[in-house]
Amino acid sequence: MRLELRGITKRFGTFTANDSIDLVVEPGQIHCLLGENGAGKSTLMNSLFGLYRPDEGQILVDGQEVHFRDPGDAMDAGIGMVHQHFMLVPVFTVAENVMLGHEHTKGAFLDIEAARAQVLELSHKYNLEVDPDALIEDLPVGVQQRVEIIKALVKDAQVLILDEPTAVLTPQETDELLEIIRGLKATGRSVVMISHKLREIKAVADIITVIRRGKVVGTALPTASETELAAAMVGRAVSLRVEKGAAQPRDVVLSVRGLTVRSATGQAVVDHVDLDVHGGEVVCVAGVQGNGQTELTQAIMGLEEFVTGSVTVKGQELVGRSTREVLDSGIGFVPEDRSHDGLVGPFSIAENMILDQYRQEPFAKGVRMKPSVIAANAEEKVAEFDVRTTGVQLSAGSLSGGNQQKVVLARELSKPVVSLFIACQPTRGVDVGAIEFIHRRVIAERDAGVAVLIVSTELDEVAALADRVVVMYRGKIVGIVPPDTPRGVLGLMMAGVPLEAALHSDAAHVGEDLAEAPLVVPAEAVEGVPVEPGEAAVVPGQPTAEQPLLGDRATTTPTTEEGGR
Amino acid sequence: MSTTELKTEVTAPVPEPRRRRAWVDQVLIYLLSFVLALVISAFLIAFADPDVRSALPYFFSQPMDTISAAWESVSEAYKALFSGSIINFSAYTVTDAIRPFTESLYTATSLILAGLAVALPFRAGLFNIGAQGQLILGAIVAGYIGFSWALPFPVHLLVAILGGMLAGSLWAGIAGLLKARTGAHEVIVTIMLNWIAIYLLQYLLTLDAFQRPGRDDPLSPPVAAEGRLPRILGEDFRLNLGFILALLAAWFIWWLLERSTIGFEFRAVGANPSAARTAGINVRRAVTGVMVVAGAMAGLAGMNQILGGSTEYALGNGIAGDIGFDAITVALLGRSTPLGVVLAGILMGALRAGGSTMQAATGTPIDIVLVVQSLIVLFIAAPPLVRKIFRLRAPKPE
Repeated sequence: MRLELRGITKRFGTFTANDSIDLVVEPGQIHCLLGENGAGKSTLMNSLFGLYRPDEGQILVDGQEVHFRDPGDAMDAGIGMVHQHFMLVPVFTVAENVMLGHEHTKGAFLDIEAARAQVLELSHKYNLEVDPDALIEDLPVGVQQRVEIIKALVKDAQVLILDEPTAVLTPQETDELLEIIRGLKATGRSVVMISHKLREIKAVADIITVIRRGKVVGTALPTASETELAAAMVGRAVSLRVEKGAAQPRDVVLSVRGLTVRSATGQAVVDHVDLDVHGGEVVCVAGVQGNGQTELTQAIMGLEEFVTGSVTVKGQELVGRSTREVLDSGIGFVPEDRSHDGLVGPFSIAENMILDQYRQEPFAKGVRMKPSVIAANAEEKVAEFDVRTTGVQLSAGSLSGGNQQKVVLARELSKPVVSLFIACQPTRGVDVGAIEFIHRRVIAERDAGVAVLIVSTELDEVAALADRVVVMYRGKIVGIVPPDTPRGVLGLMMAGVPLEAALHSDAAHVGEDLAEAPLVVPAEAVEGVPVEPGEAAVVPGQPTAEQPLLGDRATTTPTTEEGGR
Repeated sequence: MSTTELKTEVTAPVPEPRRRRAWVDQVLIYLLSFVLALVISAFLIAFADPDVRSALPYFFSQPMDTISAAWESVSEAYKALFSGSIINFSAYTVTDAIRPFTESLYTATSLILAGLAVALPFRAGLFNIGAQGQLILGAIVAGYIGFSWALPFPVHLLVAILGGMLAGSLWAGIAGLLKARTGAHEVIVTIMLNWIAIYLLQYLLTLDAFQRPGRDDPLSPPVAAEGRLPRILGEDFRLNLGFILALLAAWFIWWLLERSTIGFEFRAVGANPSAARTAGINVRRAVTGVMVVAGAMAGLAGMNQILGGSTEYALGNGIAGDIGFDAITVALLGRSTPLGVVLAGILMGALRAGGSTMQAATGTPIDIVLVVQSLIVLFIAAPPLVRKIFRLRAPKPE
């Protein structure tokens, strides 16, 4: 099926979200839409899927103009969409979810067998491994996403729209998804993928359309360098790797000894961890999501219940202290889930800017708060951190994800006395331009002598920020390695392979001096590494042999352009 | 790679089409809800009227009989409602003319105080169904101090007020503490505490210490004159210091919520407990604190019931009426803001004061007032319905 959008314009009031956009999706093509948050990618796809009615323009399917009144029309025409937030019933099984809305019946009864068979057939055909009888709520996000894809395929979607499909996935799941997308392509279906993650797009796309501020600013082939793509997306030259000098480590600030965190069921999620972070260095904790990194930071912050061992900051014991005491001892903390733990959505931006400082001068005197000081503080921070908003009294929940993250970072980075800064996934869901800015701020903290602890599942981020990398697996530290450790080795360590074995295994195939090796490894370096099929994928975003797309990255990074601010 | 342009202009703030502001829409919805409620109730009033019902069988031959009878009954009823709650134009003296409005405020006092006791926990994510029980406890303690102690004027009143507040606080504090420490749901706990309070009052009224000498029915002695809330517009009007206290209490709750660190904690815990915890706020303490303050408000309402004279300054089983439950309506109607609670309390006070007049003057049952109240709440709870009926556009989103 050939899909064509001609001159699609969608306005919200006087704001033009899409400005006469043309787009052609050929059969069997993987078409990536690249753009920053709020560039209009999702609006465009919602117009295509019948969720919005475009103000101008035409949608053509195989040369015939069509009008979609609602998603049902779009689905009937062979268009399927997987939203960023899944539309599944958590207490239903996979098969029940798949047949929801067009139930198979046998007389008056549901024919669950037919639905199961359908799920099995599709999952077999497209390598979408999923158990039709599993309850959705028991499944990891990556598998839930597969169910969404199956739902679209059941309706025989010829064009599948994926809205930021990797935003919620672990690196491993991401690789599996990219594989699935290639499988769909092989059957002649086309995929439209919305993303702002350059690595994935380059790995999978046949053609890339870049959208900025509601307009198509260009198309590119996946051979374009990440720097070029980033520049086109943001509208200015972007440095993908923050410039930084060598770390100047000072005294130990954070010292963790024998720290064990148990879950409510008594399982050790952090298992006898020892770790030192010096002032003036960035230590990154790398690992696949769910290997105890989050709990490690939560335990330091006094947010975990069953903690043994010792955590000291500048010699002061923190285990057993309340979160407030921990914060007051001079720690900035950016939690992993900003909307759940970092912000109070209905509160204004100004209030969120002081969420953990509301009792301190100058924001309050005694119990009396000072709204004007709080507002002025917010104005200042909004300008400094480039939070895109029309006013500091608007609710934080109304901001886009990237801007919300900037609010949290602005708050935590501008505390008066900070000796330790902890951030979990500081740039998750944040677009390239903002990542650059956040990274620079983190390095600035480091250079000011602050001890920085970053938890990240993005190896790019680890490489950009870390002075030392701590790899965690199942609650234990697998090893502490320098940041120039090859991706392949890090990937193996994240799967639990000890450093020595990982080095050996990786070196056997790479055959180059590891100390000098750039983070970007030629594609063949990872090919054939003898690990379990499932585990091979822990190397995030690693290109496969048929698409060695990262070759050019090694030549373009690290870039040294200064941002055009 | 073909990038056709590389502009770096900053996105202009997203302008919205011109629409009503959110608060204008809000006020409009309230007014229209009130109108709708009156219109629907008009039908009920008409059908409840015997003249209308007797004219109805021959409606198709002589429709004017039914219509004029209906018009008469409805207009008479609403006139009585108005003159009983706002101004009585047919009165001979100024005092009599403005008395209805002061009666409305007098009736509103306890509703406002109890409404605050529900509204504040709402803001902190808690549902206090227990205003009734907290109010009863406040009335018991304030009343007991009032009729059994002997102190000079301002001291006696002050001690009684404080006693009432404290009793309400303690009663609500039990629910708060249980919630904070054990996770016991505050709705269930406060409902149970209501029953305990009701039977506690019944029991106490059988004791000699609470029994009025020379009476067999469960009725306490009257509160001493030194312990009564003084009237503020002279002896002709029942409106007393309690109303001023209610306004001060509303102002205090506003200040607490919007201008104090304590209220910041309350609101943060209500809107996102996990973010509050991460920011170092002690969620348990906030939950207990909210209930203690809310209980104090309900305790004040109980104090106002007994020291304000609505039951002839005596403690009986009916001391609380339904105020603790109407308080939930007041809080909902007032959208859990102190100003909203004051306005909603006055509206409901006016409907009640006017309702009695209406029943006395036209024979329309006072229950119609409950219907009006309920309909207003129903419509306010469903803004899209009101918008649809009056074909309004939605306001611009924030």
